[in-house]
Amino acid sequence: MRAKTLVAVAVAAALSLVGCSSGAPAASQSASESASAAPSGGAGGEVGVFTWWADGSEKVGLDALVKLFGEKYPNDTFVNLAVAGGAGSNAKAKLASELANGNPPDSFQGHAGAELQDYIRADQIEPVNEVIDSLGGSSVFPQSLLDLLTVQGNIYSVPSNIHRANVVWANPAVLKKADITAVPADLDAWLSDMEKLKQAGVSTPLSIAGTWTQVQLFETVLIADLGVDEYTKLFAAGANWESDGVKKAVDHYAKLLSYANTASDGDDWPGATDAVIDGKAAYNVMGDWAVAEFTLKNKTDGEDYTYFPVPGTDGVFDFLADSFTLPKGAKNAAGAKDWLALIGSADGQKAFNLAKGSIPARTDVPATDFPKYQQSAMEAFKTNKIAPSIAHGAAVSQAWNSDISTAISKFYGSKDQATLIADLVAAAQKNAA
Amino acid sequence: MRRLRNWGPPLLLVSPSIILVGIFVYGLIGVNVATSLATTTDRITGRVTNPGGLANYGNLLTDDRYQHALWNLLVLTVVFMTGTMVFGLLWSVLLERGVAGEGVFRSIYLFPMAISFVAAGVAWRWLLSPAKDDQAIGLNQLFVNLGVPWLQSSWWSSDSSFNMAAMAIPAIWQLSGYIMALFLAGFRGISADQREAARVDGATEWQLYRHVLFPQVSPVALSALIILGHMSMKMFDLIYSIAGANSYTAEVPATFMWIQLFPQSNPTGAAANATIILAIVAVVVIPYLIYTNRTEKDGRA
Repeated sequence: MRAKTLVAVAVAAALSLVGCSSGAPAASQSASESASAAPSGGAGGEVGVFTWWADGSEKVGLDALVKLFGEKYPNDTFVNLAVAGGAGSNAKAKLASELANGNPPDSFQGHAGAELQDYIRADQIEPVNEVIDSLGGSSVFPQSLLDLLTVQGNIYSVPSNIHRANVVWANPAVLKKADITAVPADLDAWLSDMEKLKQAGVSTPLSIAGTWTQVQLFETVLIADLGVDEYTKLFAAGANWESDGVKKAVDHYAKLLSYANTASDGDDWPGATDAVIDGKAAYNVMGDWAVAEFTLKNKTDGEDYTYFPVPGTDGVFDFLADSFTLPKGAKNAAGAKDWLALIGSADGQKAFNLAKGSIPARTDVPATDFPKYQQSAMEAFKTNKIAPSIAHGAAVSQAWNSDISTAISKFYGSKDQATLIADLVAAAQKNAA
Repeated sequence: MRRLRNWGPPLLLVSPSIILVGIFVYGLIGVNVATSLATTTDRITGRVTNPGGLANYGNLLTDDRYQHALWNLLVLTVVFMTGTMVFGLLWSVLLERGVAGEGVFRSIYLFPMAISFVAAGVAWRWLLSPAKDDQAIGLNQLFVNLGVPWLQSSWWSSDSSFNMAAMAIPAIWQLSGYIMALFLAGFRGISADQREAARVDGATEWQLYRHVLFPQVSPVALSALIILGHMSMKMFDLIYSIAGANSYTAEVPATFMWIQLFPQSNPTGAAANATIILAIVAVVVIPYLIYTNRTEKDGRA
């Protein structure tokens, strides 16, 4: 009996110990304390960097950066905190809980632009104006890009790479069936080309995939019908989402969908691009990461595939960018600034973008080392007007993006234009800052 | 003193788990409810995003989007429970009669359960593709190749309000085997004497099942319904991996909660949603717990 009691007490004690042993938060160095000028070779210590670059060309790009980081800042130790999967959605969920728990990485990846507003709202990231200034500010980054990155006078992230979203990828062999050789000048010309293709026996002239690819298509149609200036104004407080321009865009978008394949909300983009590669569809609107898909399938630029800006958006660069931040309460803020300085440097941008297949955010990186498509995109980035992407978080916060995506998903089922406009108006009223 | 000696050690033994459950289940439910009643304002615009108190629940329940999600959940739950019960019972009756190679069939029916919803979801996303005719893939392509193209469907992507019935197909496929195992155990627990007695009395096979066997497996059926019901109501992973992060068409309260919590960064709304899901599950589970408690007591008396 006594022995049994003892055992019971021992087990109880052990179990309650397990229950109580939640870790005490490690005392973190304050960010401002260590913000003094870094010695050459880096500030020292571990620099934990959080990304969703865990495989494919993104992983190769990150590896190139890490190698360069080791060479330039030998005192710092890079710690890879990448989370795989879901085009960043898994990573963002994990990041949100780490930030809420006051355990931020030293720097994390985020889409440049309005998507960072969520973190600014929650007071989780610090301005990086001095890093941008020391890199050269508007003399090396386009002013229009910096304007889009600025929130209430401050810049909160260093852009690492740029992608273009308003690109139509086309299969010339399919276009030949309807004797289409010229690039359509506007959306109506493009629609009539699609009608010709349909007459010629191409059942789905346009290929689309899941919800976010539809949002991306819709945003390019908005740019085409509104023009860059009106389009950019949509994201300010009190913007008019019921204007004739928006209505016209919704109508164009509905017509485009009538020439598209049947997709389900969860489909991923490579399937839609493959439809063009395999000649099942003539056109696909996709960001310029699609060029990697063509290269992977051994297709030749200009022969097996061609590309042009979405009709009506010629001279517009619908951009999205990855960027890196400085979280509040980062354990090694000085090391994080070393990382940001590397990300923003010409060498860092060249190494990363060559590997990833995107283009540098800086305009002073020589284009000659890049492949053909990237050269044309770099030229366009220098000369075109820059518009922010909705689907990729440059124009709107995550919350707003989610509401627009829901409206587009709903529209795909119902095809009710009035409801789509009403939903877009409601989303703007709810989210516009 | 003797009382303490009788009660003390057992109480001490279970107290850690009582404390842990108290904190990590009931304590966190309390925190969740408290969160759901909070008043929040937007840091940049200063707009009130949640008015606080019960109005948070009122706003959520009157939201068209939430009602759509609740309706989807109802369709999903009804089809999923009916389908799983029908297939589970059918297979268990077939196997229960002692077919040759029972072990093989039992394994085949049970295998889907070994796959996680997420992994199965990736395959079912493709199988349930809405593309038709020359673009068809998955089940639609199978129908085209079999020469029955009129069977093609948009599945869960269709604009019908009953589209979620198609989302129940993978769930039925996955859990019917489990329900079969439950029923099979129930049937095996009935002694062979009763069947023989019924046959001697001249009962047909149908009468044997209807009046002798089914009544005795009805507690199993009730447990099965409760298990399926609560699984369906909190189902997230399958829908998320089939329909993606932002599908309005396939939205249920659990996927909407994810959207509220992460993309919309609205923990207050998500907490209110979670409390409603908990209440719905409780409405089903609590009467069941009371019922089993009572029957167990009756059994002991």
